[in-house]
This record gives sequence, C-alpha cells and structure tokens, in this order.
Amino acid sequence: MRHTIQALVENKFGVLARVASLFSARGYNISSLAVGETQDPAISCMTILVNAEDERILEQIKKQLYKLIDVIKVIDFTRREYIDRELMLIKLVKGKNQKDLKKVEANKSVRVIEDKKDYKIIEICADKEEIGDIFKILNKFEIKELVRTGKIAMAK
Amino acid sequence: MAKKLKGSEILIESLKKEGVDTIFGYPGGSVIPFFDSLYGESINFYLTRHEQGAVHMADGYARSTGKVGVCVATSGPGATNFTTGIATAYMDSIPLVAITGQVKTSLIGNDAFQEADVTGITRSISKHNYLVKDVKDLTQTIKEAFYLASTGRPGPVVIDLPVDIQMQETEFDYPQQISLRSYNPTLFGHPGQIKKALKTIYKAKKPVIISGGGVITSCADKETFNFAKKIKAPVAATLMGLGGFPAKEELFLGMPGMHGTVYANMAITEADLLISIGCRFDDRITGKVKGFAPEAKIIHIDIDPTSISKNIKVDVPIVGDAKNVLGQLTQEIDQNKLPKISSWHKKIKGWQNKYPLTYDKGKKDRIMPQYIIEEICRQTKGKAIIATEVGQNQMWAAQFYKFNQPHHFLSSGGLGTMGYGFPAAIGAKVANPKKEVVVIAGDGSFQMNIQELATLTTYGIAVKVVILNNNCLGMVRQWQEIFYQRRYSATPLKNPDFVKVAQGYGVKGIRVKKKTSVKKAIKEILESKESVVADFWIEEEENVFPMVPAGEAINRMIGGMA
Repeated sequence: MRHTIQALVENKFGVLARVASLFSARGYNISSLAVGETQDPAISCMTILVNAEDERILEQIKKQLYKLIDVIKVIDFTRREYIDRELMLIKLVKGKNQKDLKKVEANKSVRVIEDKKDYKIIEICADKEEIGDIFKILNKFEIKELVRTGKIAMAK
Repeated sequence: MAKKLKGSEILIESLKKEGVDTIFGYPGGSVIPFFDSLYGESINFYLTRHEQGAVHMADGYARSTGKVGVCVATSGPGATNFTTGIATAYMDSIPLVAITGQVKTSLIGNDAFQEADVTGITRSISKHNYLVKDVKDLTQTIKEAFYLASTGRPGPVVIDLPVDIQMQETEFDYPQQISLRSYNPTLFGHPGQIKKALKTIYKAKKPVIISGGGVITSCADKETFNFAKKIKAPVAATLMGLGGFPAKEELFLGMPGMHGTVYANMAITEADLLISIGCRFDDRITGKVKGFAPEAKIIHIDIDPTSISKNIKVDVPIVGDAKNVLGQLTQEIDQNKLPKISSWHKKIKGWQNKYPLTYDKGKKDRIMPQYIIEEICRQTKGKAIIATEVGQNQMWAAQFYKFNQPHHFLSSGGLGTMGYGFPAAIGAKVANPKKEVVVIAGDGSFQMNIQELATLTTYGIAVKVVILNNNCLGMVRQWQEIFYQRRYSATPLKNPDFVKVAQGYGVKGIRVKKKTSVKKAIKEILESKESVVADFWIEEEENVFPMVPAGEAINRMIGGMA
C-alpha cells in the first residue's frame, strides 16, 4: 500500500543522499519524492510516497527515517486529513481535436502556459487522482514531452 | 580573543578536550599535517601495519573500556581499508570516531590521487559522518562526533577532513555544550509501558530474560542481575551480551540461538514471557521467526526504536536506556504479586542436567578445542579479556569460557568479521595493561590481520594468541560436512609455520600437538610477560554443537541432544 510521509530535515549538504541511501539499503520502495525549503531556511521538507506491504514495514520506515541524525521530525499522513498536490507539465503537438482540448483546459486545475504555432505547454496542478484523470484524456493527444513533480502534502 | 591554531592542531586539542589519550592509525599523504601536529604530543599513538588493524584496535579499546575509540587514516585506500572495521563497530553499536584525511577541497570530486567519496561509502555503515569543508566548523564537528558516537545507541562516527582544512588557521574555542534538535535519545522508559510490563510479569509462570549487548553498552549488568534475582527469571545472554550476567549464577542459561545451549533454546521455546534487554533479535538468535518463543508474551527494552518489532513482533515495547528502565522496573515491582515459579526452575534444571554443554572428552591423542578454552578459563579464573576471531573459534570461546564480568568478551557479533579479534585484543591490552588479554583465533582468521604482530613488537604489548589450528576454515567446513555432503570446496588451508612467522616478527611462538601438553602450555603462555603465539593442532573435523540449521526453529537442534 502507498503511504504519504513527510520528513522535516536539516537543510544541509548530503541529507537527501542519506535519505535516499537509507531507502535503497533497506529495500524500501519510494514512488515519489519532493524536497523543498520550508518557512525556516534551515529546514527542508521531504514529502515521500512509499510502498509498504504492511503496517510493520511502514513503522520501520518511519523509525529508520527518524533515526537519521539530520531528520528532525517524521509525519505520517496515513490516518490524517490532508491536501496534496502534484505538478505536471505537458508539451502537446497541435493537431486535430482542439475542441476536445478546450474542454480539458476549462478545468480549474489546468493552465495553458505557452501556446505556439505547433505546440502547447499545459500545466496541471492537482492531487494525484485528478492528475491521473486529466492525463488519461491528454494521453489521447500527441505528447512531445511530459514532466511531473513528486507529491507535496499538508495536513488540514 | 582565543588563540589561532591550524586545523590539525585544533583536531589534536579537541581530541584532548574529549579526553582522548590513545589513537590508533596509519599515516598517508592527506594526513601529514595531522601527524606533524601529533609529533611530540602527549597523546599515545599506535602505528599499526594496516588501517583495518587500527580501526579494530580502536574498537577493542572501546569495547573493553566503554570509552570512545579513536583511529586515523589517510584518504582513499586508507579510508577504504577502514570500512570493514567501521561496519563491524556499527553492527555491534561500538562508539568510535574514525578520522580520515581527504584530498584538498579544491580537488574533491576530480578523481584526485587517493580520493574516495568517504562520506558516501560510509553512509550506511556509520551512525553519522561529516565532511569538514570549513576549518571554522571543525570543533563543533568533533564535539558532535564524540557526542553522537557515545550516546543513545552508540556507533562509529566518521570525520572526513581535507588536507587543506588541516593547514588553515582559525581561533580555537572548544564548545562546552551541545544540543542537536534532531537527536534526542529516549533514556527512561515510559511510565505507562513500565506498568504494562509489570502486569505482564505478574502473570508469567515461565519467564526468561534475554540479556543482549545493550546490557554491556549501558553498563546495566548490576541492574540486570538485581532484576533477574527479584523476578527469579533465568537469564540467557546473547553473544554480544556475554558477561552481562555472571555465568557462575544458577539462573544463567548460557547463550541462546544457533550455537546456543539446548536448555536456553528449550526455555525460550516454552517460555510464557520473554524479556529482552538490549537484544535486537538477530536471525542467529531467533532461527525461524515463527518458531521463536511461540508461547511467550514479549517485553522488549531497547534504546533504539528501530530495533523494536523489526524482526519479532513485541507485546510491550519499552524504549529507553537499559540501566534506567531496569531500575524503574525493579523499583516498582511488587514481589507479593509475583507467581510461584519453582516448577519452571525445576524444568530448566532438568534440561540442564539432561543436555549439558559438552564435547567428546574421550579422545586420547588429538586436542579438543573446547578443552583448550576450558583450560584457559580455569587458569585465568574467568577473569581474562577474551577476544575472538570469527567462526568455530568464536563459538567455542563463547560456549566454554565462563564470563562473569562485562567488557571482557570482544567479538564481532553482527558483521562476523574475520581478522577482528587479534587487533581488537591489542586495543584492549593497550587500554587494560594490567589485565590478561587472550585471543582465541582460527588458523584462517588469524592470517587476516597477522601483520599486526609487528605492532606488538614495536610497542612491547603482551597479547596471548591461541590458534585453534585445524588446517581449514572450520565453520564453513562444518556446514559443508553437514549440508553439502563433505564437499570441502575452498576450505582446506595450507598454512605457514605460525611459530616461525611469530619469531620472524620477534614474538615468541610455541606449538602444541599433544593433549597431555595443553595444561602446561597454557600455563607457560599465561605466565609469559611478553606476547606469545601458540599454535594448537586440534582435532580437525571437530564441530560446534549444538547447532540449529539455518532457517529452522531454535528447538530443532542437531548435536547436544543425544
């Protein structure tokens, strides 16, 4: 099962490597990772999406993370209400079906950032599920390039 | 304003502030400034013949004293030679500060001569590590390193120090205090958990205590003793925990697990309560997890939360320092609420009588290795510091030497590092010059760091090396005999003449081939004021029994139950 956990870490050289090597050394599976500074520039926040077979492994992951000297706090969103966002950028080749595309673009979470003669860059900022739904529709068009961030989350 | 010093001088002054009086190490291009500053200093420096020797010596120094061991090596190969020793210390929670030189900061990442990414390499085998990029950070780094190495669950901390930082100057001002917002080990047991544990104890009619390495680390031997006596629970000590509970006590069950005693394993299998103190339930202890203590409620005391419910599901976890937690438990316990458990004691006594730890004593000509250990134990009155290598020698030492004090058994438990014992013994002897220090070695493992004989001669350190020589890699050979139809692939050894090798290094060497000569030889070894290498030719196909085959439940032992 997938779980969203967050680690507040010292914003120092090498901390990301420590977290990443912990996951690889212990055989835990990260499906996404997003890192950024918090309001305190000395602290970074890592939002990590992990696959854990059961509760015991999830517990281990959290405890192992907290054991890293540079990790200040670990938050598990599994039983909390929270909002989450991912960002996706898609470069689409312009072709037919522009009408269908307009429907997608009407969605609040979707923004056209670049509109050139032969391509468009579209930004989608939504939760994982919605991004998945929108992607399903956009996948019918000719995608030239696609990039997306890991998930970030915040408790309500 | 504080005095300005060079980085290398700051390092030495800081080590002195941390109370370091002994360093083991090996020089090289990236630590020349450090060694220059060390010249004429009051710190005792021991030059080894290999960096691995240095780190194991620091480890032996730490294990036998409880103090932080310190070792120094150069960048690149010096540092990579440290890694086995760092990993050894990490697995066994030994406080070390390993200092490595690094190429100068401007060259880092350029594949410079003798460059290795030391923080990258040691990340998963150390408690923490540092690359010092500014001389102004040096004192804070050293203070943190010693603090981290020695507190909570101890472990090795690596400081990678570029050569140019060693030469730069700054004011020396050693921090008095330290606080890390992200590191706060829990030292006392949660009162709620203590109450829960006591309730569980009051219900138990068949309790067993497993005393692990944490009891030694925490210096909780007296507390373990008092607690065990109070609840009258028998105590099994893991390999890492030997000496944490006196072997001479009636309640002592010996070692559990793969080569544990039959009665320890039977008691754990039938127990209705298992109290683990500072033991992390390594697979060599549990065997098949499903068959481990199937009837028991488990109380697990450990300072490291990740050890709890990692391998074995626990009913009452108590995070805290063993010494404190045991104090809390012992203080709060109401002896009137404890059930009578004399039938449990009787049952255990029965197992002890029926399945004692023993070996074939009838063999007339060949020397049995167990006999050597028993004899050393008898002649040292169980008071020597015993270091072991890894394999059969290690298991025989653990089974047949009776440890009554903590910090007297030095062995690579977690990593199982061959080549550990001999240098560890040197480190222990340096720290405890008045104590008898004996290495129980195999003919294979002794050769992994045999070059440290030169360190013995150089500094006149008296360590007694007992080689249980069976001309093979005995433990692997044993597995091949039992599980691989005696196909002795790559285990027979063509050995050098150990007596001559010792003599070549300026160390006394003796050879013992007859059972009748063993007693006298051991007397001679122990009475010697100098180092001795004693090559005992033992029964070659002797096995370590009892033995739980890998993956089996611990009550399914072979050998020892006949």
